[in-house]
Amino acid sequence: MRLIYFGILAIGMWVSPALSQNGPLKIEITDGVIEPLTFAVPIFEAENIEAAAIATEISRIVATDLISSGLFREIPANRFIAQRITFAEAVRYPDWRAINAQALVTASVSTTNTGRLTVKFRIFDIFSGVQLGSGMQLGGSTQAVRRMAHKVADQVYERITGEGPYFDSKIVFVSESGPKDKRLKRLAIMDFDGENVQFLTGNENIVLAPRISTDGKQVLYTSWESGFPQIYLLNVGTAGRKRLPTPDSGMAFSPRFSPDRKRIVYSFEQGGNSDIYLMDLATARSARMTSSPSIDTAPSFSPDGRQIVFESDRSGSQQIYTMPVSGGTPNRISFGNGRYGTPVWSPRGDLIAFTKQSNGRFGIGVMRTDGSEERLLSASFLDEGPTWSPNGRVIMFARETQGAKGAPSLYSVDITGRNLRALTLRAPASDPSWGPVQR
Amino acid sequence: MRVIYLALIPFLALAACSNPGGGFGGGPLGGGSSWDDSSANAEDQSDPTSQGFFETSVGNQVLFDVDEFTLNTASKVALDIQAQWLMDNPGYVIIVEGHADEQGTREYNLALGFRRAQSVQEYLVARGVSGLRLKTRSYGKERPLEICSAERCYAKNRRAVTLLTAGLS
Repeated sequence: MRLIYFGILAIGMWVSPALSQNGPLKIEITDGVIEPLTFAVPIFEAENIEAAAIATEISRIVATDLISSGLFREIPANRFIAQRITFAEAVRYPDWRAINAQALVTASVSTTNTGRLTVKFRIFDIFSGVQLGSGMQLGGSTQAVRRMAHKVADQVYERITGEGPYFDSKIVFVSESGPKDKRLKRLAIMDFDGENVQFLTGNENIVLAPRISTDGKQVLYTSWESGFPQIYLLNVGTAGRKRLPTPDSGMAFSPRFSPDRKRIVYSFEQGGNSDIYLMDLATARSARMTSSPSIDTAPSFSPDGRQIVFESDRSGSQQIYTMPVSGGTPNRISFGNGRYGTPVWSPRGDLIAFTKQSNGRFGIGVMRTDGSEERLLSASFLDEGPTWSPNGRVIMFARETQGAKGAPSLYSVDITGRNLRALTLRAPASDPSWGPVQR
Repeated sequence: MRVIYLALIPFLALAACSNPGGGFGGGPLGGGSSWDDSSANAEDQSDPTSQGFFETSVGNQVLFDVDEFTLNTASKVALDIQAQWLMDNPGYVIIVEGHADEQGTREYNLALGFRRAQSVQEYLVARGVSGLRLKTRSYGKERPLEICSAERCYAKNRRAVTLLTAGLS
């Protein structure tokens, strides 16, 4: 057996890896998903008594992850025909067909007294009567049960949908507390599902719009720590931070990393005017990318690192523009009714998500990179600040309620506009930035 | 000195009428000053050269129309008075803070706040206040003065606040 180590987890092929992964059990998820795929996840089998609780927990997390994507529907255990489902026994397809389970995930979980956790699992296409791909084995620490579960769910999701994984990922965001006129803000990081929240800064200064790097190790954000808004770079592992070198003659804000993390693009204000700048992190040199008397802000790189997308009110209202990183004339791509801001390029490169204001309401939308095929995915009193899941399939954003007691919380929506879900967190939250799938 | 302020009082009354909310923010965060700037106490306010007098009697803020950063007539009147006082009291360092209402995206509102602060700074300089004493900053929509989600609150949140610190002697 070959094991590939990645961080705290190891993944390996458990059965001979020769079987096709392109069986008939595949959700085509372009625009037309009508019915979620039905699946059954019997409580995973524990190989040793100490693993029983963990096995139960992992199987529930796997099911919850799959359901949260909106592409799957769970067949509850009380409908199962077989009373005892073991990992070793051959799957009795008719039992699962009878309750209309299209997919079945079985697994066995073992632990060692040295804190080692191993999960072996298989995915079955019930109506074709075949195992989907090879069995897999994941190894990790008993301290990382949730991550292990997300990895299993990612494998199931990936094999059935053909989309990239996203469950085993982290999201950086701003955790908020206090009344609206004295709101306290601090940076925090959590698992994609809102679990495992950890704070990265205190709340003594206003912090805004954290942006996580493509390797998940660094965060750029804007803080008033010096008394004036400036850009800071934070190391996620140590929570150490430093201000990035921009002139004191103006204010720097709205930073984002390039995909290779060697450069950042940001807004710099001087004399009241905000333009887009590019900084090489190794040399700390900045180059100006736009010079117009308009508000140019919220820049974001394309995933190939060759272009940026940003918002500008040079036409008289907030609109979205793209331009080559090497320079050139910005090209306006948004032409609908309303104002467009905070554009973010999809990691797949095909779409740009944005915040749209029209008729006194805010919504999150997507358009192709040439501005065509605009679609709104959400609308409310105040939706803003989209961020993409690592597979470019899901968008998370902040929704703020109105009024004196208004507060923000995080929502996610599928790029089809289906499956709008609120994330459950203990405190108000805003400005999410979705990190990569962990290794 | 005292004579000048007596002479200003009729103008202050006018400015207060045409610029609701101007100069009467109140509270430690009133006028949008950040939490680290202590507001003047009541005793302080009776001294016409004090920060407290400036905040409460001269008036330290101006308001803007929706998505605007140009100064309207009421704001110019208020800033004429501010400029005169600031020139008469050269010991203060000045930070002009720009703010926006909640109807806008975070980044845009930050940039809009910069524009508003800059408009005030430029006007004060044009009226004779030394640019060396002035700095600007923006809080975007992060520090509203009023917290309802209606125009009556938004109108007070679209503001620029002139903050003083005793820096120069």
